[in-house]
Amino acid sequence: MGIKIIKLLTFVIVLFIISVFFISLNKSSFYNTKVLEGQKISGINLNHFSEDRTIIEKDLKKNNFTLINFWASWCGPCRLEHPFLLKLKSEKKLNIIGVNFKDKKSNAINFLKELGNPYNELAKDEFGRQSINFGIYGIPESILINKDLVILKKFIGPISKKDYNFIKNVIKKK
Amino acid sequence: MKLKIIIFFILLNINSIKAENLKANKNEIFKNIRCLICQGQSVADSNSEFAQTIKLVINDQINEGKSEKEIYIFLVEKYGEWIVYKPPFSKTNFLLWTLPYLVFLIGGFVIFFIVRKNKEN
Repeated sequence: MGIKIIKLLTFVIVLFIISVFFISLNKSSFYNTKVLEGQKISGINLNHFSEDRTIIEKDLKKNNFTLINFWASWCGPCRLEHPFLLKLKSEKKLNIIGVNFKDKKSNAINFLKELGNPYNELAKDEFGRQSINFGIYGIPESILINKDLVILKKFIGPISKKDYNFIKNVIKKK
Repeated sequence: MKLKIIIFFILLNINSIKAENLKANKNEIFKNIRCLICQGQSVADSNSEFAQTIKLVINDQINEGKSEKEIYIFLVEKYGEWIVYKPPFSKTNFLLWTLPYLVFLIGGFVIFFIVRKNKEN
């Protein structure tokens, strides 16, 4: 009887270990921001890029949709997404807020002079403090939110053609 | 007079212990936060842009008087559970937390029964 129980226990333990490895090895360990979609953003307090005021929640409710784009002049991939942002500028239901991340003011101004300014509002995040509040971990990153400040989608890396189409479709549906 | 001196030193030590606790607390938090852009490194081990920013924000929050738990809750809310090395207890990870205790209990029972059986024999 005792030997039978030990055998059964050993079998259960081995089966458990195999299943744990099977499940965890098949699971992607890459960081994924999907869990953040559907969450409401709060505590927004962005310093305006050139004016002596802050951009707060009220400013993000001005339009049906707002795209918050974190960028910097030193960021290479930001140049790739810029044409798409410029195209999105013509969307009436979309407000684009640019957040200049850990950048020199003069470099940022030159960047926008060279490539064009797609932003309705421009903020600065000199030390990156506010980026944490938006769950940013590298730039470029963009967050599409609706009027209720709910995150509809988070774009990690430069906005691609696919992302551009996605944003256009979301706006169209409304 | 002696009593006053003793009280003075006790108070002095309490303050130094408090300061040490706060310092340890900060480093403990850094060690438990995953650097999301690094390979298997905590924020304490990394000097990346992301790690620097996270450290800055954690320092700010400690100065604001937030507790370790409140800081973890804030970061989990912003980045998901993946950011903490020690995930909070939830229905998806209850086995992770309870299994060591269960194994300990079962082991105890097995030893107890084996010893009792040997005694009977």
